[in-house]
Amino acid sequence: MGAHHEHDPHEAAPAHGRALRLGIGGPVGSGKTALTAALCRVLRDELELAVVTNDIYTTEDADFLRREAVLADDRITAVRTGACPHTAIRDDISANLDAVEELEERHGGALDLVIVESGGDNLTALFSKGLADRQIFVLDVAGGDDVPRKGGLGVAAADLLVVNKTDLAAMVGSDLDLMARDAARVRDGRPVAFTSLREHPGAPEVAGWVRGVVRAARAHGRAHANAS
Amino acid sequence: MPNDHGGSGAAVPVSLPARLLLLADSRLPAGGHVHSGGLEPAVLAGAVADVAGLAGFLRGRLATSGLAGAALAAAACAHASAEAPWAWARLDLEADARTPSPAQRRASRAQGRSLLRAARRTWPHPALDALAALREPHHPLVQGAAAAAAGGAPRDAAAISAYGAVTGPASAGVRLLGLDPLAVHRVLADLSAEIDAVAAEASRETGDWAALPATSAPALDLYAELHQGAEPRLFES
Repeated sequence: MGAHHEHDPHEAAPAHGRALRLGIGGPVGSGKTALTAALCRVLRDELELAVVTNDIYTTEDADFLRREAVLADDRITAVRTGACPHTAIRDDISANLDAVEELEERHGGALDLVIVESGGDNLTALFSKGLADRQIFVLDVAGGDDVPRKGGLGVAAADLLVVNKTDLAAMVGSDLDLMARDAARVRDGRPVAFTSLREHPGAPEVAGWVRGVVRAARAHGRAHANAS
Repeated sequence: MPNDHGGSGAAVPVSLPARLLLLADSRLPAGGHVHSGGLEPAVLAGAVADVAGLAGFLRGRLATSGLAGAALAAAACAHASAEAPWAWARLDLEADARTPSPAQRRASRAQGRSLLRAARRTWPHPALDALAALREPHHPLVQGAAAAAAGGAPRDAAAISAYGAVTGPASAGVRLLGLDPLAVHRVLADLSAEIDAVAAEASRETGDWAALPATSAPALDLYAELHQGAEPRLFES
């Protein structure tokens, strides 16, 4: 074998010049696509954005995003996952990497943020660090207020836990204080955001968090560039 | 039992060291799980509905596109084992010529691209770097070059390719039809001797590329084309 440069393009923090990759996962119907659309609407004027959707069945999520015109068509790609959404974001990330890299090439390396929205999945789903630099896990109050207590990899380990549809809490008998306490206990102090996209379509708290991680990644990239 | 490194296709059982087992393992993160090898459109068309139907599908696929792919993989392995410069573009055209359906060519190239990424990270090798100049080489070429990079012979590459030609669609059958996975594995066990025979035949001639088998299945070609417009569909191909 000759000399091979072991260049690893998938460090935990993005190297200088590549977009931050943000995974958004969570159970079916928790509001992943609505949150993705909200983030696109709020951030598209300040960041160069693209989205990869992992639809279980069809390109429905990608079509929704296009219909809503939250981003131009050439910034949205749909990936099929062979009936295994968690495999496509965790065990074998090939199809998603191909989609992300294609988007980056198409936009000349100018993207700041690529959102990878997973297919609806179970509480153990977690994005591979080879695919996502940071990840958000989305629950909704109607899924039951015992979910944070049960934990699971997504609930416990995501960089940000979003508990959505708080406007429904009273109707479905979910105790938000209990959810907050349980989430804090299993999450080791990592942040939790309670949202109602119906009442606050811009998801300000989540958008603020995303701005922060993109800023931090840029600073890291600059430090990275200065150091080399 | 020593490996048959002559690529002569003599009936010596393949004995894979761990480096090559990694390449044959479905856990290899190379994108295969999003492709059904034409099984999904066959299911949508009602042509495969049970374990017996799956067995027939797998046998047909193995004897046609399975054999052609395994032969290309064996040729690619022999070529990667030779000295640079490599003529990957020409072998890639041989793969094109053996893949009549545009949808299948796209699926083969998508899987080739993903496998190439996995192989270069797992078994770095200059022949794989040279292959990357094609950006999206056909899947069997990457299978063969990766087998060479992992220390394998053409016969090993053919065995891994032929094996994958049936295990991939079998796994898709379990997911799409809810078939009993134990019954499906029994089908695979029953096919084992045929897989070995195809691997032996596929690695008989690796130097004369024009003479490589060009077996294909019109039904698979048609299904692949129909699949592109099918909604909903779970698999890329």
